[in-house]
Amino acid sequence: MTTHDVALSRRAMLKGAAGLVIGLYLPEKARAQSGAAHAFRRAAGGADFAPNAFIRIGADDTVTVLIKHIEFGQGPFTGLATLVAEELDADWSKVRAEHAPSNTDFYKNLAFGVQGTGGSTAIANSYDQMRKAGATARAMLVAAAAQSWGVPAREITVERGVLRHTGTGREGRFGQFAEAAARQPAPADPPLKDPSVFRLIGRDDGSVRKLDSAAKSNGTAQFTIDMREPGMLTVVVAHPPRFGARVASFDASAARAIQGVVDVKQVPTGVAVYANGTWPAIKGREQLRISWDESAAEKRSSDQLIEEYRALARRPGRIAGAHGDAITTLARAERIIEAEYVFPYLAHAPMEPLDGFLRWDGQRAHARFGSQLQTLDHQTIATVLGLKPEQVELETMLAGGSFGRRAQQTSHLAAELAEVAKAIDPGRPVKLVWTREDDIRGGYYRPLIVHRMRGGLRDGKIVAWTDTVVSQSILKGSPFEAVMAKGGIDATSVEGAKEIPYDIADFRCDLHTTDVGVPVLWWRSVGHTHTGYAVECFVDELLQATGQDPVAGRLAMMGKAPREAGVLRAVAELAQWSGPGPVNGRARGVAVVKSFDSYVAQIAEVSAGDDGPRVHKVWCAVDCGVPVNPDVIRAQMEGGIGFGVGAALYGEVALDEGRPVPANFDTYRVLRIHEMPQVEVHVVNSSEKPTGVGEPGVPPIGPAVANAMARIGLGRPRRLPLVRAVA
Amino acid sequence: MALAIKVNGTMQSVDVDNDAPLLWVLRDALGLAGTKFGCGVAQCGACTVFVDGKPMRSCTLPISALGTREVTTIEGVSGREAEAVQQAWIARDVPQCGYCQSGQVMSAVALLKQVKKPSDRDIDLAMNGNVCRCATYVRIRAAIHDAARALEG
Repeated sequence: MTTHDVALSRRAMLKGAAGLVIGLYLPEKARAQSGAAHAFRRAAGGADFAPNAFIRIGADDTVTVLIKHIEFGQGPFTGLATLVAEELDADWSKVRAEHAPSNTDFYKNLAFGVQGTGGSTAIANSYDQMRKAGATARAMLVAAAAQSWGVPAREITVERGVLRHTGTGREGRFGQFAEAAARQPAPADPPLKDPSVFRLIGRDDGSVRKLDSAAKSNGTAQFTIDMREPGMLTVVVAHPPRFGARVASFDASAARAIQGVVDVKQVPTGVAVYANGTWPAIKGREQLRISWDESAAEKRSSDQLIEEYRALARRPGRIAGAHGDAITTLARAERIIEAEYVFPYLAHAPMEPLDGFLRWDGQRAHARFGSQLQTLDHQTIATVLGLKPEQVELETMLAGGSFGRRAQQTSHLAAELAEVAKAIDPGRPVKLVWTREDDIRGGYYRPLIVHRMRGGLRDGKIVAWTDTVVSQSILKGSPFEAVMAKGGIDATSVEGAKEIPYDIADFRCDLHTTDVGVPVLWWRSVGHTHTGYAVECFVDELLQATGQDPVAGRLAMMGKAPREAGVLRAVAELAQWSGPGPVNGRARGVAVVKSFDSYVAQIAEVSAGDDGPRVHKVWCAVDCGVPVNPDVIRAQMEGGIGFGVGAALYGEVALDEGRPVPANFDTYRVLRIHEMPQVEVHVVNSSEKPTGVGEPGVPPIGPAVANAMARIGLGRPRRLPLVRAVA
Repeated sequence: MALAIKVNGTMQSVDVDNDAPLLWVLRDALGLAGTKFGCGVAQCGACTVFVDGKPMRSCTLPISALGTREVTTIEGVSGREAEAVQQAWIARDVPQCGYCQSGQVMSAVALLKQVKKPSDRDIDLAMNGNVCRCATYVRIRAAIHDAARALEG
């Protein structure tokens, strides 16, 4: 979801999601009896000092930061803990991070109004909040020391977890004052540091290491799939082969005969097999004989949908953004260039497929999984089990990637988890496991999209631009629809296309929203996955047609886009840009995309390989405001580039009469190490408010590669994936 | 049926089906959850373990085919190469989501046991069966070179 769209409409958001949120927004007095009080006690965790819902300090000096955002690789454990530790003047070696419990009161995303992660908002919405939490705790520790030493608080300094009073030579560690600090009043508005004296934020000497690397290098990090409890049943569900189909009837006798299979039940999403272990559950499912009612199922193939979308794209849709009179200017142009770009459905394919653990006794439920939208998932579990939200505890687990897959506006996984628990007797803990086939064939894809672009050229300049987008709506029918889909325009369908960084006098972007029975979802960088490609390939083609350099030509049109221009200049310098080439068979392509309020420019060096383009090296410049942890930013650019290269080259879930064709990594090809380019990243120094980096590394790489391909005779592919275009 | 298998140096008795893949025996019967499920068809390498010291995909190895061979998992991997690889992984902050990294570490340790100073090509050949959807490949490569250098010294 788009950060700025959501942030601007936070009030409307709360209104839009009222049914979900109000139950969890409790007045202060009610908290004592509520889940909030419980959450706070959990947050305190028996620590000597828990000044707020985000920090615990123990007598052993350990500072534990409760992280309201799920950690699945983008670094919020480290990033949010850094913000707290900075203002607390903590010793980084004593800092730990763990997930905060599900509680909207304390842990809502300030950009959403609900607890959840997405839109690359973790650092952006937490920057002030976490720093204030740290500053509050620091002030209380200082007050405790001042009282104990009988000295003025203002004379006490704090450095790396040690409080000192120079005049009397006294000093003490956080742990020594934790208990006394807990009795101090919390200051209402503690002062925050001036960025010039930051010691941890922005530090790039390798001393602020990530907090979760060790556990993730020795196998001890615990994920949902690792849950194991006495009496626990592992559950796999047979889902229909086509979206929208339902169970007509089934025969489970052969499944029940499998040793280890305990039960088989029909659930709303299919047929669930319960077993003592994963293997018998999988084997049991293979033995199910299910007859599906496909009367309401989606039966169109991808090729058919593409033809329908292309026909729609010949007609103007609803205006998403316009200035000037693009149609008239186009008609008067010396030359019109047209391009149609076709994007396939994409699966997210996180390494850990969807899963969840749930224990309930009919009165209380305890769920543990990689929840990305806790408020919605929490409410969904309560609703399915017929419980009140305060009877449900939801613990967020580390997750093996998401890329958007776990941010379910429909809470479909939480619902299935609660349904499989409900379908058998209370008292048996269940672990629901999706296999890779369930994941790749399970829908909730990045939508299939067509862009039809037209550009008008006159006097060697681009004078008109139109872009007709055809896509399903991700937001339709979701709690976010009221806020983010206004006037029939789903903001996520046209973000990055309805306004572009280039000064073009006459501009129009319009949208057709289609109705297809394939569930769709945000996929790492959402609308920018396709708008970045369409806009950056098309502008490159127009610049080439007018004989302009890809970098200089873009810069000449970026008068009103200083930060886009900044990263473009920075990447050109980093790569020592001297034109697209080719030189010795290698060409360079460029692209720049602003997404989620971060600005990223990339240059890709590409040659023609045996089975498609070979991406040798990528230079990347990123401006995400204050760089909180430069190495995490570099890691996200590297990873975003790899994720984007893989999708651009190989990613496609084709539908054959409605049935997804690929099923596993043998047929849904993803990037491997020998296909990974070298990456060099420049992080722009900035004093602007920090913005996210989880997604913005992805959008520029596809068009940068395509723009390089155009210079070595491979064309600028009009249909993704790129390897299909070359083959 | 009851089987005796040797895992991380210890004989273990497990009561599982003949066709149960080693992966699920390790995870569900023995509680060794560091070895991960990613695909079930030997395409992603998340389940990589050593069988008699050689890296294998445990998700497609039926327990009945193991015989007397000894299994080493991420929980039991040790020695100079393992230490060097895990230290390099931490020093480079290789993991993002971390889910595939047990398998990556096992494949990297196996490589360094075979090839003291691997080239980029050696790394490609040894590691291209291990998928990382976070695409931490740049750092995996760098960390393997780091570990090789550390082992030289």
